[in-house]
Amino acid sequence: MESNESQWPLWEVFTQEDGGAPHEHAGSVHAPDAEIALQNARDVYGRRGRVVSVWVVPSNEITASQSEWAGPFFDPGADKAYRHPQFYKIPRGLKGF
Amino acid sequence: MSDNLFQYVLRLGDDRLVLGHRLSEWCGHGPILEEDIALANIALDLIGQATLYLKLAGETEGKGRSEDDLAYFRDAIDYRNVQLVELAKGDYAFTIIRQFLFDVFSYHVLEQLQSSKHKELAGIAAKGFKEVRYHVRHSSEWVLRMGDGTEESHTRAQNALNELWRFTGEMFEADDIDRAMVREGIGADVEGIKPKWEAVVTDVINRATLSIPSDPPAMTGGRRGRHTESLGHMLSEMQIVARSHPGAQW
Repeated sequence: MESNESQWPLWEVFTQEDGGAPHEHAGSVHAPDAEIALQNARDVYGRRGRVVSVWVVPSNEITASQSEWAGPFFDPGADKAYRHPQFYKIPRGLKGF
Repeated sequence: MSDNLFQYVLRLGDDRLVLGHRLSEWCGHGPILEEDIALANIALDLIGQATLYLKLAGETEGKGRSEDDLAYFRDAIDYRNVQLVELAKGDYAFTIIRQFLFDVFSYHVLEQLQSSKHKELAGIAAKGFKEVRYHVRHSSEWVLRMGDGTEESHTRAQNALNELWRFTGEMFEADDIDRAMVREGIGADVEGIKPKWEAVVTDVINRATLSIPSDPPAMTGGRRGRHTESLGHMLSEMQIVARSHPGAQW
């Protein structure tokens, strides 16, 4: 490709499928602005399947945690049993749990 | 009547087949990956539409020709597309400006054909209309960005418009076939569509800071089989596999 892709900002793409599902991260596209980012997202991620809505957001607007924080940030607290209420009995007949 | 219908549906199919093939030539050569995918999607839409029209044309003709027979075993002189769609793809600005000029035309034609008295034609048009609404959005947004973009993109877009303008008149020429189809409530009224097309195109061109060329849109003949040399070159590439291996299945 004869491209100067580096000049176009990156956008993160979130797609929603029908049935009221949440918007989920699908991937990213390059685009010069929001309208073209939406069109590109539609072409790259929305054309197959059952997508009913797309969000695009400039990648540099996302604030991310850093990998070295992983310990203190995400320590699951495995010693505190009440955070993991797995001992409840799930009623029979309850599906999709 | 059925010969008029055959010719009419053939024109609809040929416009879309030829333009779809021209767009498909960008596959792997797009200016950027995302746009490469977008153009390939639009090419597939157009070729898909062409398949349905050519299938209907073959059935209307009643001589047992399939959509593949019509696409691969006719020479340029038997093609009925407007010359606008057959011109070599040029640079990206040329491709987008041409696409925009045709998309707006196609939008209005298919919008009318959805209520054609010919039920099958109406159904094919309704499916295509949904796709063309997106095509118009895609091409007009790019016209705006190229016209009102950098000095280079503006110059290229204006050059493309200058070169293409004289090919636009042919889309709105109505001959006996068109008039018969309109009379029977089957076809679209291209003469009536012209002012609508002009209004949309002028609006987008102005907003893109481009200017409508002053030379008259004089080129014509495609509907009667008179084509530019570009079509012959394109068909020789498009048809070579089918002609070298007739009846091959894959």
